[in-house]
Amino acid sequence: MRRVVITGIGTVNALAQDVPGTFAAFRAGRCGIGPLTFRDAERLSIRIGAELRNWRPEASFSAKDLPLYDRVTQYALVAGAEAVAMAGLPMGLGPRGGVILGTAAGGIQTWEESYRAVFAEGRSRVSPLVVPRLMLNAPASHLSIRHGLTGPVLAVSSACASANHAMGLALQQIRAGAADVMLTGGAEAMLCFGGVKAWEGLRVLAPDACRPFSLGRRGMVIGDGAGVLVFEAEEHARARGAVPLAEVAGFGMTADAADIVAPNVAGAARAMRAALRDAGMAPQDLGYINAHGTGTLANDRAESAAILEVCGVAPPPVSSTKAMHGHAIGATGALEAIACVQALREGLLPPTLGFEAADPDCPLDIVALHARPARVEAALSNAFAFGGLNAVLAFRRA
Amino acid sequence: MERAEIEAAVIAILAKQLLLPPGEISPDARIDELGLDSLGKVEAIFAMEERFGIHVPFNANAPDQPEFDFSTVGGVVRDVEALIAHKG
Repeated sequence: MRRVVITGIGTVNALAQDVPGTFAAFRAGRCGIGPLTFRDAERLSIRIGAELRNWRPEASFSAKDLPLYDRVTQYALVAGAEAVAMAGLPMGLGPRGGVILGTAAGGIQTWEESYRAVFAEGRSRVSPLVVPRLMLNAPASHLSIRHGLTGPVLAVSSACASANHAMGLALQQIRAGAADVMLTGGAEAMLCFGGVKAWEGLRVLAPDACRPFSLGRRGMVIGDGAGVLVFEAEEHARARGAVPLAEVAGFGMTADAADIVAPNVAGAARAMRAALRDAGMAPQDLGYINAHGTGTLANDRAESAAILEVCGVAPPPVSSTKAMHGHAIGATGALEAIACVQALREGLLPPTLGFEAADPDCPLDIVALHARPARVEAALSNAFAFGGLNAVLAFRRA
Repeated sequence: MERAEIEAAVIAILAKQLLLPPGEISPDARIDELGLDSLGKVEAIFAMEERFGIHVPFNANAPDQPEFDFSTVGGVVRDVEALIAHKG
């Protein structure tokens, strides 16, 4: 089977609009969560989120192209450009290159603006670009257009597991020989009035802070952003002299076939085991788990039980980086994969901010508040989505 | 609005979520024992907010709900009554 490595990464998120800034924030344990600033935010009962500050799309895109791009596409393109530049990808990959990108809500801000125009403001028409802006495959398609990738290109949508599913499928495309290089990860731009209003109804958003696995937690905090990773067949990377950042060693996905929102210990544990098996790893090989760790009671308890079930009484250190970059829904797995790359390369586990006191229902070794030095040979990254869809990736030091 | 009227409306909302005749829900019944799951709970809260024009401060992540008593039917009625009065 072909080995697959990561040769480039790129991101924009609430912490920084590039990888060096994001790595610095992970090292320092900086929080990207703050007051929401978008239109009508004062009409919400939840007023915090991990927004991108000072987002200036006109600095990245021409006046001619910009009307085509919802924010979700803008994020994906800027993150993708950084990843492609880091990988030093040659032009002309054509059919040997592809894109599989996750997003949960796609161009939700385009929906919102268009509905506002016709329903609230009584306008009789909307921009002719509404459909190509809001479609869920717009970020994947624009990455394909921008970088000339004509092989397998599609969008994946599985709520909070979208990016992990996308990366898992990208791994499988390269292993199967359908492509040599895949841009993959996720993008999300759900921080708008309608996006947060919809989440409010579920009563799972925290009004104050995100505190994964900690007593005193009150739920999740939504974030925006994108993470794009360049997955590449190892022999293809070596042949062109590219430096592997980490190996994408395995992927496991399962469905609970149970509740539409409640997490399920058995389904989560099966996905973790499947990823380990696919990677040829034993639980004791793991030096780090980047948890789904949303900061809801239901997730954190179920995930803790699943980790203990898979790893036994001495699981590896666990952190949730969502208290820094927010829960970026369909992009979050990509931001967390980038955190795993840093853990593997720098030997530094990113912290779980907001942690106040250990929860007896989550008896794990939580990397709390401060980054922790540790040599890591292998890491898991969990994603357990609404719909009962679980997707777990295993990474190994390159 | 009288307590009895609020109680009847709260029970009607819970009955709709639980697919039970309202007569089978007693005011001292415990909500969890009635079999209301987490989504049923947030749907019932939404229905109460719409019915009474209030905002219910309920967070599914707080194990004990200091701001809103969702443990018994009677607790819900009392707290809804207080929210209506506060709105007043």
